[in-house]
Amino acid sequence: MAVQTRGRLTPRGRRRLARATQYTVVMAAIAVAAALADWGRIAESFLRADIAAAMFPQVWTAFGNTVAYTLLAFASGMVVGVPIALMRTSGFGPYRWFATAYVELFRGLPALLVLFLVGFGVPQAFPGLQYPGGVYGQVALGLGLTSSAYIAESVRAGIQAVPRGQVEAARSLGMSHTRTMVTVVLPQAIRIVVPPLTNELVLLTKDSSLVFVLGVTTGTMELTRFARAELTANANATPLLIGGLLYLLVTVPLSTLARRLEDKEGRG
Amino acid sequence: MSEPLVSIRDLHKRFGGNEVLRGIDLEVAEGEVVCVIGPSGSGKSTLLRCINLLEDPTSGAIGAAGHDMTDPDVDIDAARREIGMVFQHFNLFSHLSILDNVAIAQRRVLGRDRKAAEDEARRRLHEVGVEDKDHDRPGRLSGGQQQRVAIARALAMGPKLMLFDEPTSALDPELVGDVLAVMKGLAADGMTMIVVTHEMGFAREVADRVVFIDGGVIVEQGPPAEVLTGPRTERAQSFLHRVLHPAD
Repeated sequence: MAVQTRGRLTPRGRRRLARATQYTVVMAAIAVAAALADWGRIAESFLRADIAAAMFPQVWTAFGNTVAYTLLAFASGMVVGVPIALMRTSGFGPYRWFATAYVELFRGLPALLVLFLVGFGVPQAFPGLQYPGGVYGQVALGLGLTSSAYIAESVRAGIQAVPRGQVEAARSLGMSHTRTMVTVVLPQAIRIVVPPLTNELVLLTKDSSLVFVLGVTTGTMELTRFARAELTANANATPLLIGGLLYLLVTVPLSTLARRLEDKEGRG
Repeated sequence: MSEPLVSIRDLHKRFGGNEVLRGIDLEVAEGEVVCVIGPSGSGKSTLLRCINLLEDPTSGAIGAAGHDMTDPDVDIDAARREIGMVFQHFNLFSHLSILDNVAIAQRRVLGRDRKAAEDEARRRLHEVGVEDKDHDRPGRLSGGQQQRVAIARALAMGPKLMLFDEPTSALDPELVGDVLAVMKGLAADGMTMIVVTHEMGFAREVADRVVFIDGGVIVEQGPPAEVLTGPRTERAQSFLHRVLHPAD
């Protein structure tokens, strides 16, 4: 009987029923959670205004380090990633093989493990090695290796999305391979690649929280490490909330920008 | 009789196991207009693309515009500068304005300064009848206009030879005439042209010679009146019948 009743619903009626069911389930779950929660303790743990206020202005140093680590990793990721992308699209086999192995290696390893390698593995193998810029140099290398693999993949996809006819037209006008790349392919590839690279910047912003494993000082702490230090010092979770909000201050505008650029790219 | 501008001897081209060209011999004199016709998949586009080495010939010899194209030491970029090519899908640089499309290779390849290159570009655009579009992107132009810009872009390099790869096949029927008119003018000015086309009217009117290709070989060639009106081979007869009377 029930089957027959549903069979009589129009497609629109069925959609409405499905929506109403979803809405009811979600609202019920929220109601149960709200009823079970101890609101007083939540306010006490997460929303202590005095603890939040005490984080300032030092939190800005940590925030600045998060931004600095992100930009450093992105910059070194670009410097290495773009040539790797060019090698991946090269007609010369050994270039392609090297680039493919590089990408698979650093995309396949956790960023945390690469940071450990750079921070502790490499110095053991090369005693007396000093990274230029100290922890900043280590971050540029450690996070840069991982991000360069992702950047290389994005840029390669962008290069390959440029229609073959564009290359043929340039070559038939007498442009060399290099000239064609610089004048015709890369300018078009960059337009295609800006949205995914913006997303990479968002991912890197969050990955910068891994830098703590290198052992940081007050001056070089980034946001998560700083928030955790405050958490311990105050035995209170409010610093996590503040830290989280500061991440969103960077990541939400970037994601919005990426989405806008994607829409624009889609329209051509 | 002067040296032919294009000279192809025993050209073979193989894609994997598929031999698309099976021994082509063809000479084109300076100032001659040759139309290449034949069924799709017959190898006519591949032949054209071998001439400027967009495809690597498997074997055979090609001379074009004074360059030995099949010599491993050929300066391919120098040779291509003198061989203009027009594509079925125009292939205008989509990130550049119309003016830059025509000026860019003059500047980057011939080393002309911006002013000289843009002056030449405007002159060529005027010739092909695309004006007041200098700062538009290619996407804003009709297919017919884009193809005429593509012709202007090739001509601005001052080529000795022009290759046309089905230049009107991607166009709406009402836009074909403007492009053919430009090509007709070019032929009248004495440009050496090899045109792969399905436009039998154009071939009849403009070509000095029509070459019919089927199955990777030249089956028949001669003046358009002979090849198009009274083809000797059965393959050419049946192809022309299909093209000229598609509804039968």
